Amino acid sequence: MNITNLTVHELVEKMKNKELTSEEITKAYVDRINNKEPDVNAFVTTLCNEALEKAKEIDSKREAGEKVSNFAGIPVGIKDNICTKGIRTTCSSKMLEDFIAPYNATVTEKLLKEDLIDLGKLNMDEFAMGASTEYSYFKKTSNPWNLNCVPGGSSGGSAAAVAGELVPWALGSDTGGSIRQPAAFCGVVGLKPTYGLVSRYGLVAFASSLDQIGPITKDVTDAAMLLNIIAGHDERDTTSYEIPKKDYTKALNKNIKGLKIGVPKEFFAEGINEEVKAKLEQAIETYKKLGAEVEEFSLDIAKYSLTAYYIIACAEASSNLGRFDGIRYGHRTENYQNLKELYKNSRSEGFGAEVKRRIILGTYVLSSGYYDAYYKKAQQVRTLVKNEFSKAFEKYDVILTPTAPNVAFEMGTKSNNPLEMYLADICTVSVNIAGLPAISIPCGVNGDNMPIGMQLIGNKFEEEKILNTAYAFEQEYGFREKYKPEFKK
Amino acid sequence: MLNENYELIIGLEVHAELSTKTKIFCSCPTEFGAEPNTHVCPVCMAMPGALPVLNEKVVEYAVKAGLATNCQISQNSKNDRKNYFYPDTPRAYQISQFDKPLCEHGYIEIDDDKGNPKKIGITRIHIEDDAGKLNHNEFSGGSLVDLNRAGVPLIEIVSEPDLRTSEEVDKYLKKLKAILEYIEVSDCKMQEGSFRADVNVSVRKKGESKFGTRTETKNMSSFRAITREIEYEANRQIEILENGGKVEQETLRWDDISGKTFSMRNKEDAEDYRYFPEPDLVAIKLSKEYIENIKNNLPEMPESRKSRYMEEFKLSEKDARLLTNSKYLSNMFESAEKICGNSKAVANWLLSDISRILNEKEMEPSEIPFEAEHLAKLIELIDKGTISSAIGKKVVEELFINPKNPEDIIKEKGWIQISDEGAIKEVVMKILENNPQSIADYKAGKDRALGFLVGQAMKETKGKANPQMLNKMFLEELKK
Repeated sequence: MNITNLTVHELVEKMKNKELTSEEITKAYVDRINNKEPDVNAFVTTLCNEALEKAKEIDSKREAGEKVSNFAGIPVGIKDNICTKGIRTTCSSKMLEDFIAPYNATVTEKLLKEDLIDLGKLNMDEFAMGASTEYSYFKKTSNPWNLNCVPGGSSGGSAAAVAGELVPWALGSDTGGSIRQPAAFCGVVGLKPTYGLVSRYGLVAFASSLDQIGPITKDVTDAAMLLNIIAGHDERDTTSYEIPKKDYTKALNKNIKGLKIGVPKEFFAEGINEEVKAKLEQAIETYKKLGAEVEEFSLDIAKYSLTAYYIIACAEASSNLGRFDGIRYGHRTENYQNLKELYKNSRSEGFGAEVKRRIILGTYVLSSGYYDAYYKKAQQVRTLVKNEFSKAFEKYDVILTPTAPNVAFEMGTKSNNPLEMYLADICTVSVNIAGLPAISIPCGVNGDNMPIGMQLIGNKFEEEKILNTAYAFEQEYGFREKYKPEFKK
Repeated sequence: MLNENYELIIGLEVHAELSTKTKIFCSCPTEFGAEPNTHVCPVCMAMPGALPVLNEKVVEYAVKAGLATNCQISQNSKNDRKNYFYPDTPRAYQISQFDKPLCEHGYIEIDDDKGNPKKIGITRIHIEDDAGKLNHNEFSGGSLVDLNRAGVPLIEIVSEPDLRTSEEVDKYLKKLKAILEYIEVSDCKMQEGSFRADVNVSVRKKGESKFGTRTETKNMSSFRAITREIEYEANRQIEILENGGKVEQETLRWDDISGKTFSMRNKEDAEDYRYFPEPDLVAIKLSKEYIENIKNNLPEMPESRKSRYMEEFKLSEKDARLLTNSKYLSNMFESAEKICGNSKAVANWLLSDISRILNEKEMEPSEIPFEAEHLAKLIELIDKGTISSAIGKKVVEELFINPKNPEDIIKEKGWIQISDEGAIKEVVMKILENNPQSIADYKAGKDRALGFLVGQAMKETKGKANPQMLNKMFLEELKK
């Protein structure tokens, strides 16, 4: 049995039937990490020994007949911007290289409550700013489909680890596409929940009004299961909503007869790769075949989303990252004579170029005299984007677009060109701007066997609809059965 | 003295710490005086990923303060970030309110210098968090950060530039302090920094309608210092103008020892706080019912209490005002009055000896160590003739040191009044014998001599002789 190839729902089934123990599962992943991590570089911190010990503990609990969760003993990977008590949380930054969080994020608590086993902390673009994971201070993560290519970002470590079977599933975070775009690049499933569905408490903030934690998984069922675990109101995050607890797996019935799918033509216009377009068009045909009604429409405002996004995200980031000042924790320069130098040198040394670029941009758009022209304007655009989406959802159940304009690109080709890197987010940012849920699932590969992602956007708190729409395609198309990452060098 | 051709324009930004049990954005205690960095958590230490949650009590207290100062309460309000770097501000931003404060357009009524009522406008009251404290370490030369105070809730009460003299400022501040104490939203302990003010001062020639350039002096926490600062600063500005100069817009620091202001920063290096809406907190929405409910449950305010005292106890306007300026003093007045029934005497003791001692010791009325029962007992002892009021003064001093039943104090100290006729006669005879000149003076028509003799007798008995009896007996003897 190839354990690491199994989905989590399959593992859960096998544990239930006593075909597998947690130790066997965890051991299989540890072996896989030992074997493949040198190629993929998905982890900032691995916790292999701790994981094996915990696995034994859970097995003996289960054996002793103690009541444990169905997921008890399943390993998980956590993006390195989610706080884990007693374990380094670095945000892939020199600034937090030695930062050990004194508390758990709410989602971490939820994972631990289910007795999931933390296999380690996953690499990312520094402070989640980037689309290729090349901006990590520690290492560049490779795409398991082609090791010379990026895994996308910023949750590139999470997506590559799931695709490369180094973890069965993982948590990522998504501010402008950071779950969906790497999921698309790595041929896995990535879900960005509605803003407010998952607590942000303990997620190191990049842009507070846009950030959301979500699952990166092998298939849609796993995504629904992980969402079940992490969703829910948290009194420590007042922006999290109080909505009744749902079982998202119950929505997965493959029945999409009569479902109305809107396809915004602007997302298929210039800049979208022809092979990507072709696969998306095939997917649309599949949906029609399954009984959905597909219609093209115009979402004109979307083209302003990217600009508005970079203004809002950078503005919030410039403020959120002020706390990294070298005073209480994090990197402190050795080179200072006074307070101003302490601040300046600690931050200059601790942050990478992309983070500095965004702090400077954000500081600029908030400064007096420019606020109205940039930040305020961007907020107005944000309102328009929300309204436009609301209007669209009066007509359609789900909106279908590519997740990214292209497949994973080669390392080093965009990292020196910020503007081109920003364009990688073009299909995903409007979803964050509007606070909507969206899922990316693989819908095929291109001629070089690189995966192509399809994005399904839902109305607020309609995760069930996009999950089932994704599930219907997944079951029909069978991506996992057709294609495998080859670790091509 | 101020140049009479000029007029002062003063506006105040008062910061009052709210007396909620827990901090504004986390559940750490607000208690003062704990070991450094013991009242902290990931939220108020601004650990990565920690999020603020607004304490509902803070909103309630601020709304109370707004209603008590005649403000309109906003049903739609929000928090904003004020960004700046300083080690006492761990997030590198204060969570304050920028363009949608909770309370706006209020006023407080004071008496102007001629005794006429004057409304001082309240521009706004908003909520925000206090910063931590830096302790400068003399040994290492560095500074240590104590974050116990970081996140203690504050309201900032911004006045209109309606104040014209330092006396008005003094009255305004005392009135404001009294109001906040009455509605029990702040302890207003100035020594602990829980009531402090930024003072904006400008001057202009009388008759001019345009305001002059103002300076702002930060963080003043004593009434006396504020009065001195305003006078110093006004004179400084007038002198500049009189010499043909221009007043610079700047932020100042007051040095109480030299009695001067010093520049902290000028307009050019004024910080750009880059305010923007706090994305970690949802908007504050208040229902009409919520506001009404708070309004209907406001306690009696100093103004109406003052009128009641003038009516019910026939106190003078001044005494009634002074008493009701402090909730504690006024509560003590009412409790003691209820026990002993002598309102005049209670008011007198509180406003003369007790207030004097408070001033000397730089204590707040809330720090009076003895109870209203003690004061009432003291007055009863005087009224019954058990002790003289001279002894009463000594008892009050003693009450501040060792608060207990005045009866026990006078017993222990042997201060009981001598009312025994024989004993008094003995003293009178002795004093007369030793002061033949005074007898002669009295007989020559100098009435003052009697006072001198009584004084001598009091001295002889260490203040314990019954003064009425002494008077009577001296008169009898002198007439012989």
